[in-house]
Amino acid sequence: MITSLLLVLPELLLTGGAVFGLLLGSFLPRRRQWAVRALAALVCAAALAATVAGWHRTSTAFEGAYSVDVPLGATRVVVLVSVLLVLCLAGTDIHGHRRESEFVVLVLLGALGAVLLSGANDLLLLVAAYLLASVPLYALTAFGKDAPGTEAALKYYLLGALLGVTMLFGALLLFGTGGATAYPALREGLPGAPGAAVAVGVIALFAGLLFKAGAVPAHFWVPDVTEGARPPVAALVTTIPKIGAVVALYRIGTAVLAPTTLAWPLLVAIIAAATMTLGNLAAFFQDNVRRLLAYSTIGQVGYVLMAVAAATGSGLALPSLLLYLGAYAVTNLGAFAVVCAFPAARTLGDYTGLRRRHPWLALSLVIVLLGLVGTPPTAVFAGKLTVFTAALDAGFGWLVVLAVANTVASVFYYLRWIVPALRSGPWAGERPGRWAAAGALTAAPATILIGVLAGPVLTVLDGGPLPG
Amino acid sequence: MLSLVVFLPVVVAVVLLAVPRVSDPVVRWTWIGTSATEVALLVGMWVAYSPGSPGSPGTSGFAYEENQRWIPSVRAGYHVGVDGLSLPLVALTAVLFLACAIYSLRQTERVRGFATLFLFLETVCLGVFVALDLLLFFVFFDLSIVGMYFVIAGWGHRGAARAALKFFLYTFLGSLVLLLGFIGLYLASSPHTFDIVELVRQDPAAGKGAVAGLILLALVLGLAIKTPTVPVHTWLPPAHVEAPAAGSAILAGVLLKMGTYGFVRIVLPVLPGTWRDYAPVIVIVGVLSVLYGALVALAQRDFKRMIAYTSVNHMGYIVLAVGAAALVGQSDAQARQLAITGAVTQMVSHGLITGALFLLAGVLYQRGGTYDMGSYGGLARQLPVFAGITGLAAFASLGLPGFSGFIAEFQIFTGSLRGAPVATAIALLGVLITAALFLRAYQRLFLGPPSRQVVGDLTVTETAAIGPLMLLAVAIGLFPRFLLDVIEPAAGAL
Repeated sequence: MITSLLLVLPELLLTGGAVFGLLLGSFLPRRRQWAVRALAALVCAAALAATVAGWHRTSTAFEGAYSVDVPLGATRVVVLVSVLLVLCLAGTDIHGHRRESEFVVLVLLGALGAVLLSGANDLLLLVAAYLLASVPLYALTAFGKDAPGTEAALKYYLLGALLGVTMLFGALLLFGTGGATAYPALREGLPGAPGAAVAVGVIALFAGLLFKAGAVPAHFWVPDVTEGARPPVAALVTTIPKIGAVVALYRIGTAVLAPTTLAWPLLVAIIAAATMTLGNLAAFFQDNVRRLLAYSTIGQVGYVLMAVAAATGSGLALPSLLLYLGAYAVTNLGAFAVVCAFPAARTLGDYTGLRRRHPWLALSLVIVLLGLVGTPPTAVFAGKLTVFTAALDAGFGWLVVLAVANTVASVFYYLRWIVPALRSGPWAGERPGRWAAAGALTAAPATILIGVLAGPVLTVLDGGPLPG
Repeated sequence: MLSLVVFLPVVVAVVLLAVPRVSDPVVRWTWIGTSATEVALLVGMWVAYSPGSPGSPGTSGFAYEENQRWIPSVRAGYHVGVDGLSLPLVALTAVLFLACAIYSLRQTERVRGFATLFLFLETVCLGVFVALDLLLFFVFFDLSIVGMYFVIAGWGHRGAARAALKFFLYTFLGSLVLLLGFIGLYLASSPHTFDIVELVRQDPAAGKGAVAGLILLALVLGLAIKTPTVPVHTWLPPAHVEAPAAGSAILAGVLLKMGTYGFVRIVLPVLPGTWRDYAPVIVIVGVLSVLYGALVALAQRDFKRMIAYTSVNHMGYIVLAVGAAALVGQSDAQARQLAITGAVTQMVSHGLITGALFLLAGVLYQRGGTYDMGSYGGLARQLPVFAGITGLAAFASLGLPGFSGFIAEFQIFTGSLRGAPVATAIALLGVLITAALFLRAYQRLFLGPPSRQVVGDLTVTETAAIGPLMLLAVAIGLFPRFLLDVIEPAAGAL
């Protein structure tokens, strides 16, 4: 039990941070609530340190219900760094806010849910993690207590509840046919079970995870939530839960479904194709920056899912998946950081003159948007390169060709944002929020750095030695 | 040494960006100084590049080689080096960027942004030509598109936004298709690698049948879009017409070479068998580009558009040569070497001459406010120096003996004749049409009665920018050995 607790030290730290933060927040006066934020940042840093220290420990905790391995480690790192960035982006927005500590606690709990999703090695834990990754985000979506936020939260909640129940039904079916909820036992039991029932179970189970990942056909909430919620919340919702959900999909695919005759890689490939195509096409003529980014995140998930489809067909699938997730998180948060810096600039045209007034923020915006396209040498380029290679290696040539076409198409709408930002003209916007601007100026160089250092990063993600 | 040459401009660019409040003259002269340093460094490298001296090519055939691990998981490295195929293009790049820096002395609009973009582009272009790793090649190849997009969109003429978008989407598609081909090569090789030298040794496509054909298709399509050849050239004319003069010069002089350079550096040596199988198709594409480019150029009234189409024509000769070189095969090593040497010489020659022509077009636009040849006439009396240099460039471009174009095209035709006699004969027609169109353009612009008052002959800076390019073209035309001695050994080894 003690060893199990040690293995999940980062998760414990997050839980402890949330509980202690709530207590602390209820005692502190409103003007000193920043202490809760500082505590959360400290907790994240400590959890990061614990993750790195235990990087090479491959084991399971709690009687095999929770896997501690490289995918979990990578998810922890990406999620924790994302939480730090989100807290930074939210700085101006929630500083001195009436419910500042609640915001921080909900962020920590949502992040914990995402991490648990990725480590779950048992269907029951997976479902529990789904709830933990969802419920705090519903509350966060409505955090602003305004009409768009409330409406978005309601939509988010209804869809989440529906697909959560569907997921539970899928877990039930798999339990009934496979005779267990633990992944290793299911792996033994499923190949002999009736195929149709297993297929229905898997599809239902996937439904919930696809909802969390914001993939087609469970993507309807993404644009509404991104537009309706406060910008830092939108950044969080489109980044952190996706990471946990995609890794969970990968884990189910490799740990449970690999020996079955089910054509799940093809299913995932089709979902990936639909997701990237729909996301990119829908982003084309969006004039609202947040909706544009929302559809862009859908498109990005499509590329990530390619690596899941290649999971059993290529040795490069896992490192490419984890690299892409990390690259996506930093780049996407960088783009949202600019949105957070200018919350009043809603349409693409509102960014006219940004270059003249705030050249460094404009440069950051150009870097992260070109990064989302996958321009070398940014992080997403390294991610795309490895993901495409893995997919081609696994025999999904058609999917790679489609992804290339989608990438070219995506240039169009990212440029629609870059062009006004670089155009000369009077800047009509307000002064940028200091914290959010700092976030943008951190994320943009970070994307280039990760891209250039893709070599060592991939080695580590492949289970190789830590550098240094 | 090579890395210093490649990355010096971008380092200067970052410094220029980071220093607050630099005045425009400081920016201009820093830009010129950096470009001049690059040229000086390359002259030094060129002099040292000969057997027995410190810069002599090593056993691998490459000089100034550097090989570092970059992404070991996919066996991609930071592998750079120059040989006889790339050194002339590297030198051409440095010379053209210096010419553009000098030409842009009169640039007044957002000078800092313009200079940093060009310095960034210089690094990127040099990088493409020295890269010996497919991924590294791709990184620079792709970034050249991004850099040029911002040049066209930011400093172009009125319709620049549309033209720049078309340029970006079209060539970006090409670069991604090229990446697909690279990934295909990587997966076909065993052990998997992105290293060009290693791939050449492995001949990964041998005996792979349809897969090899698909890889070749991806590579050729990707490079053909960049070159560009018929029928994937349609992005070129609008991009050229709307780009600022210096941007056009770099686009035509350097960026187009990336496509043809890719053929000689990657496709020809890595996929020799497959390339030979499909060489007839390549030859046909080359001849079509030659004829189509020349004929469409003949029909243009817009001076800049006309030069743009002659680029399609000139690039067609190169494609013809690299196709014909494969058709001759190993049976006639001399013809093969001649064709490839001609192709590389043509890249250099076209870079110099067309670079000069586009800068001259910029001068014309600045004086007269239009590229329309019909609205000029009798300029020879009003702007004698301009008329002289433009005439020189026009004659050089149509391949008159005494200029570099003649040396290049002569070698291409002689080398290709054995492998593809009919195609070569047809392509010769292209020279005829080019001669006609340049003479006609010259008549319209410079002879006859003056139709309007145009003042302001070439200034000192303009002459200093354009003159050296023409001098080099003449020097290569009269004393080609210094260039051919570098190219021939590498072309023979291919």
